[in-house]
Amino acid sequence: MSLVDDTAAPAPGEGAAPADKPRHRPARIPRTPMPERDATKRAKDFEEVTLGYTEEMARAEASRCLQCKNPTCIEGCPVNIDIKSFIGEMIDGDYHAAVAVLKEKNALPAVCGRVCPQEEQCEARCVLAKKGESVAIGRLERWLGDFDLACELEGRCVPEVGEDSGKRVAVVGSGPAGLACAGELRRFGHSVTIFESLHATGGVLTYGIPEFRLPKHIVQAEVGLLEEMGVEIRRDVVIGATYTIDELMSEEGFDAVFVGNGAGLPMFLGIPGENLNGVYSANEFLTRVNLMRAYEFPKADTPVWRGRKVAVVGGGNVAMDAARTAKRLGAEEVFLVYRRTEEEMPARKEEVHHAAEEGVEFKMLCSPAEILGKDGWVTGIVANTMQLGEPDASGRRAPVCVMGADFTIDCDTVIVALGTRANPLLPKTTPDMEISKRGYIVTDEDGATSKPGVYAGGDIVTGSATVILAMGAGKRAARAMDEWLKGAAR
Amino acid sequence: MFPIVHARQLSDAVFEMGVHAPAIARKAQAGQFLMLRIDENGERIPLTFSDWSADEGWIRFIFMRVGKTTHQLSHMCVGDALADVVGPLGVPTHIEGLGRVAVVGGGVGTAVAYPVARAMAAAGNEVTVIVGARNADLLILEDEFRALPIKELIICTDDGSAGRKDLVTAPLKELCESGAIDHSMAIGPAIMMKFCVATTKELGVPCVVSLNPIMVDGTGMCGACRCTVGGETKFGCVDGPDFDGHQVDFEELMSRQRVYNDDERLADAEYHRECTCHS
Repeated sequence: MSLVDDTAAPAPGEGAAPADKPRHRPARIPRTPMPERDATKRAKDFEEVTLGYTEEMARAEASRCLQCKNPTCIEGCPVNIDIKSFIGEMIDGDYHAAVAVLKEKNALPAVCGRVCPQEEQCEARCVLAKKGESVAIGRLERWLGDFDLACELEGRCVPEVGEDSGKRVAVVGSGPAGLACAGELRRFGHSVTIFESLHATGGVLTYGIPEFRLPKHIVQAEVGLLEEMGVEIRRDVVIGATYTIDELMSEEGFDAVFVGNGAGLPMFLGIPGENLNGVYSANEFLTRVNLMRAYEFPKADTPVWRGRKVAVVGGGNVAMDAARTAKRLGAEEVFLVYRRTEEEMPARKEEVHHAAEEGVEFKMLCSPAEILGKDGWVTGIVANTMQLGEPDASGRRAPVCVMGADFTIDCDTVIVALGTRANPLLPKTTPDMEISKRGYIVTDEDGATSKPGVYAGGDIVTGSATVILAMGAGKRAARAMDEWLKGAAR
Repeated sequence: MFPIVHARQLSDAVFEMGVHAPAIARKAQAGQFLMLRIDENGERIPLTFSDWSADEGWIRFIFMRVGKTTHQLSHMCVGDALADVVGPLGVPTHIEGLGRVAVVGGGVGTAVAYPVARAMAAAGNEVTVIVGARNADLLILEDEFRALPIKELIICTDDGSAGRKDLVTAPLKELCESGAIDHSMAIGPAIMMKFCVATTKELGVPCVVSLNPIMVDGTGMCGACRCTVGGETKFGCVDGPDFDGHQVDFEELMSRQRVYNDDERLADAEYHRECTCHS
């Protein structure tokens, strides 16, 4: 499939050098910038911020790829997409073939092309990264994903389904882990039913990540392709309530179960005033806006409190999403309150940059101590000033409170984006499945839990992580489940 | 889609609805709730089961017409369908070994008191039911309660048009004072539960309450339903909806229930402007 003639490449040991082959001479042009909508315009609506490459841009960017003999980018991908090959096909202009290469390893390219932290993964391992100009692999992936979705259904790449194994697998949750697992299991020929607790599929891709960063029609279209592969999806079913795992395996006739139900319960600060009106978990705020479309209220029935001065607490991608969403709902001022500095923020640089462009104000070294209120509603935050001390367990310098330097931030809304803890619903009804002290499901490297035939992956195992890591876990588990099911057949 | 198999108007503003949902009916227990969404634009609202049949595969709930969603729901008939029904959610009401117990239902909370009283009686407890309504027209489920193996049904109305002219707290207080009950449970508007708690607390009788905070997903994901119980934040959906009433911060609950009052009025007005089929 690759158009690269490896025999013509440099000797071993020089694997990182460009392959010297007649058909592809890497273009020595700068990295192609991503077209974006103007910050002042986009901060007023929910349309997508980045516009995606044009075909010309995508071809130009692909042509920068060195087509290394031993490509290191692939090692940086949690699902090991054959990046060199798909870019090779793009260089050749065979986009359908390029999509097929992508979908060998990733069922959701249009999603991952948008939300993966490529700068820490594949692009960080690109040979060109040393010059700060790695190939924009993520943008190419997105372009191909969108190309595929733009095709008529029969022109789309639907991965081939394996011969019917006669085995039935239940997948709990239709988020990244569950979708990746379901797709992989179908390729192995198993029958798959996904159980989703909400009325819409996609998990965090639908309720968490905002429309302006990941349009919901993209998520639904990529989920639709899984249905095309024969994956059955049952919405409005809560495993742990409507059915237990044991009932799935005994009464409902499933041979194995994959649990990918996500992280669950939002964490709060544990400070006075946190239950005042106007205080949201980021989960609630984003669910109201994304899943329930509160930005269309009253056309959509779910309201959201639209604050004028909004303080978002946290420094991750979810905090950025909440801050940028608040801005779009009409907030005059949005502060991002974080106890360390921008340097230590776990959010993607791109998201931090976009938030700043859209007018989100960063209040660094600032830790809320109390939420103030009047008549039941938020009026402000009392915050401690922090300074950075010695590195902590995470390797980041730990914030230390500066005594006597408290100050007040006036605001009418506080959004707490501190991550999540495990949802107790499923463990409570599955007593023979081992759970960690923090409530997460304990698995081996392949995702096998202590309960035979039950596998798990994604945030319910690792705690809050990324979309692609959850997908990787779902795929690994699918392979292990395939082995287990074959064994169980004997 | 979940087909509506039963629809009945119980009073001017109170409606009973049954939905075909066999998987949920099979698991429902007293005190648990469901989340429903009428259509694509609908909000998700929690409603506690008023009845169910595992054999026939239906669940029922009772609601009062207050805002847009409940108005729209009240206009739906047998043969229509709800987009989404999810459940059973929440921890079931504790019914075992309570002894002599008073179950107090106020307003539409009476609908929840019915399966709770039924389950408590079936579990061998001696159950007294106190039902409160503003007037006789708003009184619901009287016949159903009378058919239960309970010790007594006490009806209170604000205007005396049925039963005693009293608040539910009056007979509750008498039962506590005379030592006739070991335990109590109150289900109704927050203000009613607050006064039941005050009454029982003073006389040292435990009082469990079924809280009705605002929810979005109903499965623990959003935290909209958080309430303070014994100084700790709890989630109504996964930790409740039942809590030790003596520990609940009712002022906070009532304040949090009012967050979207203005929005609800707007949505309701919009709905009535557009909907001219029922006036």
